[in-house]
Amino acid sequence: MNPFEYRRATDVAEAVAAVAERPDAVFLGGGTNLVDHLKLGVTRPGRLVDITRLPLDRVEPLPGGGVRVGANVRNSDLAAEPVIRSRYPVLAQALLSGASGQLRNLATTGGNLLQRTRCVYFQDITTPCNKRMPGSGCAALDGYTRHHAVLGASPQCVAVHPSDMAVALAALDAVVRTHGPAGQRAIPLVEFHRLPGAQPERDTVLDHGELITAVDLPAVPATRRSAYRKVRDRASYAFALVSVAAEVELRDGEISQARIAFGGLAHKPWRAQRAEQVLRGAPATAATFQRAAEAELVGAQPLADNAFKVPLARNTLVSVLTELTELTGATEPTQEDTP
Amino acid sequence: MDADITLTVDGQVRQVRVDTRTTLLDALRDRMGVTAPKKGCDHGQCGSCTVLLNGRRATTCLALAVAHDGAEITTAEGLADGDGAPHPVQRAFLDHDAFQCGYCTPGQICSAVGMLDEARAGHPSAVTTDLVGPVELTDAEIRERMSGNLCRCGAYVNIVAAIQEAAR
Ligand SMILES: Cc1cc2nc3c(=O)[nH]c(=O)nc-3n(C[C@H](O)[C@H](O)[C@H](O)COP(=O)(O)OP(=O)(O)OC[C@H]3O[C@@H](n4cnc5c(N)ncnc54)[C@H](O)[C@@H]3O)c2cc1C
Ligand code: SF4
Ligand code: FES
Ligand code: FES
Repeated sequence: MNPFEYRRATDVAEAVAAVAERPDAVFLGGGTNLVDHLKLGVTRPGRLVDITRLPLDRVEPLPGGGVRVGANVRNSDLAAEPVIRSRYPVLAQALLSGASGQLRNLATTGGNLLQRTRCVYFQDITTPCNKRMPGSGCAALDGYTRHHAVLGASPQCVAVHPSDMAVALAALDAVVRTHGPAGQRAIPLVEFHRLPGAQPERDTVLDHGELITAVDLPAVPATRRSAYRKVRDRASYAFALVSVAAEVELRDGEISQARIAFGGLAHKPWRAQRAEQVLRGAPATAATFQRAAEAELVGAQPLADNAFKVPLARNTLVSVLTELTELTGATEPTQEDTP
Repeated sequence: MDADITLTVDGQVRQVRVDTRTTLLDALRDRMGVTAPKKGCDHGQCGSCTVLLNGRRATTCLALAVAHDGAEITTAEGLADGDGAPHPVQRAFLDHDAFQCGYCTPGQICSAVGMLDEARAGHPSAVTTDLVGPVELTDAEIRERMSGNLCRCGAYVNIVAAIQEAAR
């Protein structure tokens, strides 16, 4: 590990300036991904700016019924938060399916969004990797691709985004709030992570020195049901092969609203708009769910070792939707649908 | 680059100078001689380095010591009460023979203590069906909540039994 300077930030502007002024400076959250990468040599920053003592650790109600989650809220605390458990079960379940209890106590909301791919070649600095070293090639293309992408990949990179939380946030239409050298902005979660294209080294649209300060969750109507389902190689403590975050609302046996995102399939949480289109206004039947899954997955391009992900994603989506719509039955909406 | 930090470890306030690259685990073991937390994988994957950090279970191999300046740490060694009587979770591990080589045990025990507090506070897990209801610590719940602690000797069956007893 290269030596680095450690700075403890006491306010947001100071943290942003301390990273912005040095190209080799990075923010430090819980460290559960960054420190791993320091050990592996995946990244070699010269300065770490510790943001964990900034006052960004609250979960607060927003006017209109939404919720603001501070960037430093620990994954465990967010999953345990009563409003998240009751109104945003998809998010609580996604958080609880990630990592382990002792890691979730360290991992932050901001760090979770910015965790990097678990592609083994990215983590092994002896192999070529366009994401770690632009232009060096992609070892995965001729390698073992069981865990890689089937949607939205490029000839430069076929990695998948590893976060469970981010998949739930994509389905929830969450918004990432940032504070950067050029000011503040609000970025919809679905536009926050990038597809690899010709620049796989850029996971997100963030600029250097841009700090995540919070994630905003829009209000959800009381009639909405949501769930997260993760499929992996063992029962617990493993990254997703495929995961599904789904939210639905029913009206007289018809699906009035649906929001779906897949994890484990792409370089970013994959919001399934084609599937949603099929679902909206259609009867809540197994046939509809099949058609929705197929509409989304028709463009899948599996690699040598991951063709199984396509039927697995389809079956997981059908199963989650079946469970959610059986649960809701023909519940009438009781509250105004707030966006 | 060096930094001077203060840690309260098993009730003792201690000052130590660390390189900024030092993890909490290495600071405890190599700089302070506190060897209860064990280094298994050094990458967050096995749980053997688990301690109670400000009262909550946490891995120490991916935490930088300098970032935890001022923290209060309890290791498995510090769980015993003032007279040296073992903590109920330690007692249960002994009674149920919940280990073989013992390497994972200090991490298992700290993790179990933290986990039992989480369950008492009503926090759900990935296998909890009712996210807002009280937690019933079934074997499936204990396995899920303890999945961050691996045991190469495969003492899992007795670990679950020990935690069941401690939970009562
Ligand atoms: C063994 C193991 C298993 C895991 N399993 C899972 C799993 O199943 N599912 C899952 O989703 N995750 C899993 N994880 C990943 C874990 O969720 C992430 O490591 C964690 O969420 C990262 O958060 P952190 O606060 O520790 O980030 P850090 O490691 O501190 O930072 C990660 C990145 O984010 C940047 N950063 C941090 N905070 C901010 C901010 N506010 N603004 C801008 N940049 C910031 C840092 O500069 C760094 O680049 C696992 C990790 C381990 C070690
Ligand atoms: S898939 Fe992406 S991250 Fe993995 S080796 Fe190829 S370029 Fe690197
Ligand atoms: S040594 Fe820390 S988790 Fe394995
Ligand atoms: S008792 Fe040997 S590793 Fe668990």
